[in-house]
Amino acid sequence: MTAHGRNLVPMLAIGAAALVLPFLLPDYRIQLAFLWVMILFALTWDIMGGQMGYNSFGNILYFGIGMYVCAVIQRDAGFDYFPGLFIGLGAAAIFSVVIAAVLGAGLLGLRGHYFAIGTLGLGIAAGEIASGWDYIGAGSGMVTPVFPGEIGGRQTFFYFASFVLAVVTFLVLKRIYAGRFGLAINAIRDDEDKAEAMGLHTTRYKTVAWCVSAFFLGIAGGLVGNLIGFIDPRDVAFAGATYGVFMVLMAILGGKGTLWGPVIGATVFHVMQEVFWTYLLGWQRVALGLLIVVIVVFFPQGILGWVREHFPERFGIRVETATDDADAR
Amino acid sequence: MLQVEDVSKRFGGVVANADISIKVNPGEIVGLIGPNGSGKTTLFNSIVGFHPIDSGSIRFQGHEISRLRVPQIARLGMLRTFQQTRVYGRVSCMQNMRISTPQRDERLRNMFARFPPEIDDRAEELLEFVGLFSKRHLLAGELSFGQQKLLEFAMALMNGPKMLLLDEPTAGINPTLINGLIDRLRRANAEMGITLLVIEHNMRVIMNLAQRMYCLAHGELLAEGPPERIQKDERVVAAYLGAH
Ligand SMILES: Nc1ncnc2c1ncn2[C@@H]1O[C@H](COP(=O)(O)OP(=O)(O)O)[C@@H](O)[C@H]1O
Ligand SMILES: [Mg+2]
Repeated sequence: MTAHGRNLVPMLAIGAAALVLPFLLPDYRIQLAFLWVMILFALTWDIMGGQMGYNSFGNILYFGIGMYVCAVIQRDAGFDYFPGLFIGLGAAAIFSVVIAAVLGAGLLGLRGHYFAIGTLGLGIAAGEIASGWDYIGAGSGMVTPVFPGEIGGRQTFFYFASFVLAVVTFLVLKRIYAGRFGLAINAIRDDEDKAEAMGLHTTRYKTVAWCVSAFFLGIAGGLVGNLIGFIDPRDVAFAGATYGVFMVLMAILGGKGTLWGPVIGATVFHVMQEVFWTYLLGWQRVALGLLIVVIVVFFPQGILGWVREHFPERFGIRVETATDDADAR
Repeated sequence: MLQVEDVSKRFGGVVANADISIKVNPGEIVGLIGPNGSGKTTLFNSIVGFHPIDSGSIRFQGHEISRLRVPQIARLGMLRTFQQTRVYGRVSCMQNMRISTPQRDERLRNMFARFPPEIDDRAEELLEFVGLFSKRHLLAGELSFGQQKLLEFAMALMNGPKMLLLDEPTAGINPTLINGLIDRLRRANAEMGITLLVIEHNMRVIMNLAQRMYCLAHGELLAEGPPERIQKDERVVAAYLGAH
């Protein structure tokens, strides 16, 4: 089957499930919406962490910024609900991208562990600032505007909005990974000195990669603020200890540096997490901690990484049997 | 084409290059020899902007480049290969070739562009040229050291440089294949018009290849001239004997 056909079947199956599930399990719409958000988290983290080899522990920053920017526009700009929401989401995306470009100029000169450590403080610092800033509700948080229409309409609307956003993110990444951008960031991951020696605009690619993450995370933040209805600065918006860590783990679990890996990893992780919450009440955090250890110890390559290692030809890696250039042994 | 004048480079107390001056004319193949640790790789690193030089001047096609950074110099059309060989290990050989296309006029729009089919045609042609065509869908990291050297050479050609600095291109290559490689280096020079500056440890290879040579020892320029003269130069012979 062609690569195209191979992708089409799972995509159609996912699409069908996505349309049916909120009506089959109406009580779980928020959790289901969060599944799409988790997939988006893992996908956007993997741009830098997997495809480019720059582990960022600060991506949650853009999620939180998007959430607040969108909510402030909805609250203060005086639009009706839906125009306000859409303008708010647009502003969230733009604002996050601008911040990423500015921070990128400073942080992306750091390599390897230094970059990872440099990003570690971002979410924490932002959480502190947000908790002390009265304009956005300080420590007591912000409430997003009331959704017009019938009760429960909010959950359904934001479920589908999250779904559409995750799918768009996936398709955009699939498209740009197939071109120059994807190979350039892979080159930076595999050998940044070599990439520079070949004349690649490494700084530009790195900054743009972070901006792409920030763009989708910013919009996701705007949506999630409205899905939940309440923004807490430390536990929701800049939740580095939960979402910020989850995005890393989900990408690793599914397989860093692959397109489907983060999708698979996020799905498995989210389902397990929900199961723990339901059946292991009181022990859920312990179980989650153990899960994290198991992932890092036993699946350093991730699910798809394991599959790639055992079935490389499924990923287009092959030697031809031709002997036309036997001199290259 | 390349003019290096009185370039010095120290690492702490070690003088790796002391007042080195060399010149490479357009279209030439110039050799750079010298015992291990004599400062050849350091000179390459200085030329391509890998580290700042302590003093001196480096001009490429008339422009002073000693202050420019590595990617800027590469985009002017001067590339280097690495003694320890560097390729992008976790992507295929074809992908290594694709991303090695020149980056001279890159805008945001091209950053997200797809690769046009001509690029694949050219990549396959060059992989055929270095003898890696059947390996083109393998991960570059799975190639042997010698094959990676050939891939690195093909990647450099893909970039269409004006001048290529090769750091020990035959090291680690199966001796029976070295003649083929010499032939390819000559063809890159003659057919693609690429000026070559080649560091080489293997005397037989460089005598065969270079039209003119420089010899370094202990960070200093010891001798220069055509291969026959260098070969007979007493100081060169002494430096090599002393080093072994
Ligand atoms: N980055 C570095 N830091 C410290 N010393 C170095 C560095 N690079 C090279 N040297 C020293 O400079 C001298 C010349 O090394 P090099 O240029 O690699 O020699 P060659 O390539 O001729 O074998 C050696 O004594 C080496 O130890
Ligand atoms: Mg050397």
